[in-house]
Amino acid sequence: MTASTVKGFEPQILAFCCKYCAYAAGDLAGSMRLNYPANVKIIQVPCTGRVDMLHLLKAIEEGADGVYVAGCLEGECHFLEGNLKTRRKVAAVQKALAEIGIEPERVRMFNLSSAMGPRFAEIATEMTAAIRALGPSPIPRANLCAAVAIEEENRAIDAVEER
Amino acid sequence: MSQPIGAVLVAGGGIAGIQAALDLANSGYKVFLVEQQAAIGGVMAMLDKTFPTNDCAMCIMSPKLVEVGRHANIDILTLTDIESIDGVKGDFKVNLRRRPRYVDLEKCIACGLCAAKCPKKVDDRFNQGLIQRKAAYVLYPQAVPLKYALDAEQCIFLRKGKCGVCAKVCPAGAIRLHEREIRQTLRVGAVILSPGYRAYNPAGLDYFSYGAHPDVMTSLEFERILSASGPYGGHLMRPSDRRAPKRIAWLQCVGSRDQNHCGNFYCSAVCCMYAIKQAVIAKEHSEHPLECTIFYMDMRTHGKGFEDCFNEARDKHGVRFMRHRVQAVRPEKESGRLALRHLGESGKVQTEHFDIVILSVGLETSPELRQWGQGLGVELSPGGFARIDDFNPTATSRDGIYVCGAFAGPKDIPQSVIEAGSAALCAGADLVAGRHTLTVRAATPSERDTRGEPPRVGVFICHCGINIGGVVDVPGVRDYAGTLPNVVYVADNMYSCSQDTQNTISAKIEEHRLNRIVVAACSPKTHEPLFQETLAAAGLNKYLLEFVNIRNQDSWVHMNEPERATAKAKDLVRMAVAKVLRLSPLSEELLTIAPAAMVVGGGVSGMAAALALSRQGYPAEIVERDSALGGQARHLHQTAKGDAIEARLGQLIAQVQADPRIRVHLNARLTKVEGFVGNFKSTVAVGATETVIDHGVAVIASGAQESLPSEYLFGRDERVITGLELDQRMKRGDRRLARLRTAVFIQCVGSREPERPYCSRVCCAHSIVAALHLKELNPEMAVFVLYREIRTYGEREALYRRAREKGVIFIRYERERKPRVSATPEALEIGVVDHALRRPLTIPADLLILASAIVPYRDEQLAQFFKVPMNADGFFVEAHVKLNPCAFATDGVFLCGLAHYPKPIDESIAQAQAAASAATVLLAQRTIRTSGTTARVDLRVCSGCGVCVSLCPYKAPSLKTQGPLAGKAEINPVLCKGCGLCVASCRSGALQLQGFDDGQIMGMIEAA
Repeated sequence: MTASTVKGFEPQILAFCCKYCAYAAGDLAGSMRLNYPANVKIIQVPCTGRVDMLHLLKAIEEGADGVYVAGCLEGECHFLEGNLKTRRKVAAVQKALAEIGIEPERVRMFNLSSAMGPRFAEIATEMTAAIRALGPSPIPRANLCAAVAIEEENRAIDAVEER
Repeated sequence: MSQPIGAVLVAGGGIAGIQAALDLANSGYKVFLVEQQAAIGGVMAMLDKTFPTNDCAMCIMSPKLVEVGRHANIDILTLTDIESIDGVKGDFKVNLRRRPRYVDLEKCIACGLCAAKCPKKVDDRFNQGLIQRKAAYVLYPQAVPLKYALDAEQCIFLRKGKCGVCAKVCPAGAIRLHEREIRQTLRVGAVILSPGYRAYNPAGLDYFSYGAHPDVMTSLEFERILSASGPYGGHLMRPSDRRAPKRIAWLQCVGSRDQNHCGNFYCSAVCCMYAIKQAVIAKEHSEHPLECTIFYMDMRTHGKGFEDCFNEARDKHGVRFMRHRVQAVRPEKESGRLALRHLGESGKVQTEHFDIVILSVGLETSPELRQWGQGLGVELSPGGFARIDDFNPTATSRDGIYVCGAFAGPKDIPQSVIEAGSAALCAGADLVAGRHTLTVRAATPSERDTRGEPPRVGVFICHCGINIGGVVDVPGVRDYAGTLPNVVYVADNMYSCSQDTQNTISAKIEEHRLNRIVVAACSPKTHEPLFQETLAAAGLNKYLLEFVNIRNQDSWVHMNEPERATAKAKDLVRMAVAKVLRLSPLSEELLTIAPAAMVVGGGVSGMAAALALSRQGYPAEIVERDSALGGQARHLHQTAKGDAIEARLGQLIAQVQADPRIRVHLNARLTKVEGFVGNFKSTVAVGATETVIDHGVAVIASGAQESLPSEYLFGRDERVITGLELDQRMKRGDRRLARLRTAVFIQCVGSREPERPYCSRVCCAHSIVAALHLKELNPEMAVFVLYREIRTYGEREALYRRAREKGVIFIRYERERKPRVSATPEALEIGVVDHALRRPLTIPADLLILASAIVPYRDEQLAQFFKVPMNADGFFVEAHVKLNPCAFATDGVFLCGLAHYPKPIDESIAQAQAAASAATVLLAQRTIRTSGTTARVDLRVCSGCGVCVSLCPYKAPSLKTQGPLAGKAEINPVLCKGCGLCVASCRSGALQLQGFDDGQIMGMIEAA
């Protein structure tokens, strides 16, 4: 089934936003009364560094059609390097999803400053459009456990590489 | 004198005033922050990015704005002018004129309806008139106070008595159309002036076509165009036809270094850097290749990180730098472009076309501001700025009145922030006996023990007038919340932030024994602390709150889809309830602070810091590696203002030695440092004797030194000396100096080289002061200065001018074609290619003075001891380049003087006092509370792998070295900043971030 045939499909999208930049940009988008699709729900975290790969997978498992992490611009992380570490986690999750046949674009990472209200709205719009084009998440909810297992393995490999 | 009044008035709410207000209010003084406009923020709030890091200006500033806005001991008085100041230090009476806002500050909820319905459009001065706003306005979206105001000069009702639409539509009944101006007198112990500057208005320079063509604009106008919240939403376009530009030119020194056209002889000190920043950002913003050209006289990139920025702009970003004089800018009708005629050093005139021409306007004090300053008894400098003394860099000529920011001379943000700290320190020191006499301390009621209680959740949904309620079905969300598990109380409120709703929430917590609270309203960024206080006041742990943003991130952005906005509000409330059920009370640890300081380094900075701390009542121990106090200043002759340094340094040393609170350790070295903020334990060794010092804070003032040149025959011919050696000869009154026939200075010796890329900042002014002194000793002497760029920033420009008037000859050389020095018994022969004549020139000289670089000591051990970073050049790295230039990211450790970056004496003393001010903020609190949102280790699960230890940028985790659990991780909550990086990276799941643990986040995901 292609996206255009899914009638009335409203993607469920979860966004992990860091407190200092992305969440603040979200506030500014509001102050500027910019419009973006209501499909995005925000979870505030102190820093994107707090976001675990399992959080992203859990979101997909729980039925989210798309997930993204939004943090400070690279080099401007309030906590120095949290966003750089998370960029790698997001990439790892994308890789794991691809391996089990889920479009890796369902999980994304964005960077913006707290003054970029318009960019915040743009990201929400872009992401919603992209997920709408992909269609509903193809994975039956329970099956993601397999993905998690693979992910755990990757994580172990990653850890070895990191050392 | 009787007890001084423990309050300070800060005049001007720009970044300098804000910083001064925070330092004072956080160290026990009541502050009145007076601002002429409707909101604080000043010029920094208008900026898009800040150099040299290109940090977003609003991002770094808004936490400070919010802190000032919420501070219990800071009163912000907007739309207020200071008319006069009577009285003396310790007891001033400040007479104020408070213009009406026509909006009740208590009632306005900043919903913006008044502005939406206001029929009168006016030029938006915050946006430099590039767009319009309404007569009912808020200065900018993040303004503090975030309250609307009516523009008295524009409002139809206030001018003609008709209209009043705003009053009709205001849902909060906040409009006060008949408000009157009032007079008020405040009694304070000290005053700080931080009124800032105005940008030079180039309207008089008709040959630049400013005002005649919209694409010729000032740098401040362009800053608004670049800003994401500016008139074009951050899209780069030229005003005339809203098309994307292909070529942009910057014209430097417009309104600066130009006595003839504008009367401003001085250098504005910031324009070179902001032009570079704008050129780089413009290139980044542009969707197609953009050509950026900067026309300049000298590139003055003399600050920390500035030279790198300049080099990158040129080499990496391809910004074109042209040392050309621009003669005219003329709009061309046919092409719609701007024809720019410029003159190169060779004398050739060229014409090029640009889409936008930006005039890099200088900073100046307006005639009204000068008059105002003089009226208050403050003497002015030749440039029209407040006159200050090099050894007392923020004190004005009137005792008890201090100054900071651009009113004390043109300067950038870090320097303004440093001066703010210095002024706050001095003002506070005058009033020590009045500390904590006028401030309030929030009383904390005892906390109810909720352990063992089943969760009882209360959900409060806010209408925010019609801001939320006009879009979201608030009663529907309220009823829905009532169906969620463990929710025992729900309510909707018109304004949840209002005092009466706060009281209601308190009462309901009591009445229904609520132990978890969800508030769905505006943004937690601005309002979460308020509700946390309400919880605390009701005896509930403040961490048992979850805040849901259904305004900024729901009703305001989904205005056209009310049903979906309501559904989203329900989803968000459900997620919050899921999280709040899993929250537990968190504790904040209370630490006492040892009320003493250690200062590493006994130079001018170290001594100034110790004296400043002592004036605030805190003992200080100076640890100096040398056998005498004084540092590099011992070798210096004169300051740029012409003060003899030796005498002033002598006074400073005598003051330190006479101070009963200061203890000096000479020939000393640190051998051990243990502990952390509030409780350091350091071992100082003098010979074989070791002393252990307990101190709550440390100030690093370890200095730097003059490098020894390896070129120009230095060390091989005694007629070649360094700048400091010349100073010593001048100090000694060496008579041979007057007999010199020719003296030559070579600048940038060892600075601005590939292996040492930074500019040493002080050498240009230093050499010129010396050159002038030589000319004074013997007016017949031929004095040459061979330079790459003259960087006499600020009013030091007067020196450069005077030197040329006195006949000092300046010859520019390129780094690729350095002067060549050879020696004959009669004279040194210095070969250089003259930039104007483009001919090689040989100067026979009796003395060659090398302006050699200032190099840091690269004290790795000191860096290790205090866990503070060093940059590639070996200077210590401050917590934040712009807004925290005299503290480290490591709490309780501060930084000043040459160890931070090369700087002259006045700036060193200002930074030392600012470091002392920041230290005083900590010491005055006597205790500190750690945040509850910190990482915690489950020792049963921890495998001791050490990943957290290697990952944490703040060194909060460590592996236990003793006891049965040795090898397992532990987190020092004092050092933990609560980012959660370690938590997400823990291999064994042993770490949790309290308040954001996996259960809580997973709970939200499941409920989403």
